[in-house]
Amino acid sequence: MNLSKIFDISGSALSAQTTRLNTIASNLANADTASSTPEAAYRARHPVFATVLEQAAGAGQSTGQPAASVRIAGVVESQAPAIARHEPGHPLADENGYIYLPAVNTVEQMADMISASRSYSSSVDVLSTTKELMLRTLQLGRG
Amino acid sequence: MSSITDRALGIHTQALEVASRRLELLASNIANADTPGYKARDLDFRALLNQASNDQAAGRINTTQVGHFATTPAAGGLGRDALYRVPNHASLDGNTVDTQQEHAVFAENAVRYQASLDFINSRLSGLRKALKGE
Repeated sequence: MNLSKIFDISGSALSAQTTRLNTIASNLANADTASSTPEAAYRARHPVFATVLEQAAGAGQSTGQPAASVRIAGVVESQAPAIARHEPGHPLADENGYIYLPAVNTVEQMADMISASRSYSSSVDVLSTTKELMLRTLQLGRG
Repeated sequence: MSSITDRALGIHTQALEVASRRLELLASNIANADTPGYKARDLDFRALLNQASNDQAAGRINTTQVGHFATTPAAGGLGRDALYRVPNHASLDGNTVDTQQEHAVFAENAVRYQASLDFINSRLSGLRKALKGE
């Protein structure tokens, strides 16, 4: 039965998008985290998606056209330099009176979040359609 | 599968198989909508179904002795070649998935699958009626 593979494929997409939403949540939560050195400042994180090709997984299944799941190849940290702000009254300020804020663009993160949630819900749609089709297939010949 | 059920169910079993293969590919496309460099793929439904029905019409020869050659292609029978979709608009990261289009094709294909299921169901209930002979 081929349809059961769709659960793996869409499931992998759900988990990848969840990781993406997680990193976005972490970036947004730390957007205002100050630190006293530029190196210690939080850096925005981004997941990198990659395709998993399940080439000829089962013996006898010489499909030649692999169905592709998605996986997280890694999470990269943004290399954008931290933003220095002059706030001498801040408890974390260095000797020159500067604190360092992460270079997180909130608007960009929100747009990324919308994109991730759209992708998530389209995979959920695929899953529910597939489930319905499989249930109908199971009931074949009973009517 | 005996020849009587083969004949009774007709092309719908093959249609069901092609539709489920296609659903799987479309699910991959939707899952990889955000993967850089992923190329969307699809099956040519009509060509695959024609090929499957030609295979059936040509008749398969059983291999009963060692040394007989099988006339059917490798397992599956359907020449399973996925084609790459021509993208409507290019994307910088090399991804060619258009989520809206994939969703539309997925929905259409799900309906095809259900139609095949309904056809098989009605053929089966017809067979059952004939067997009961009331």
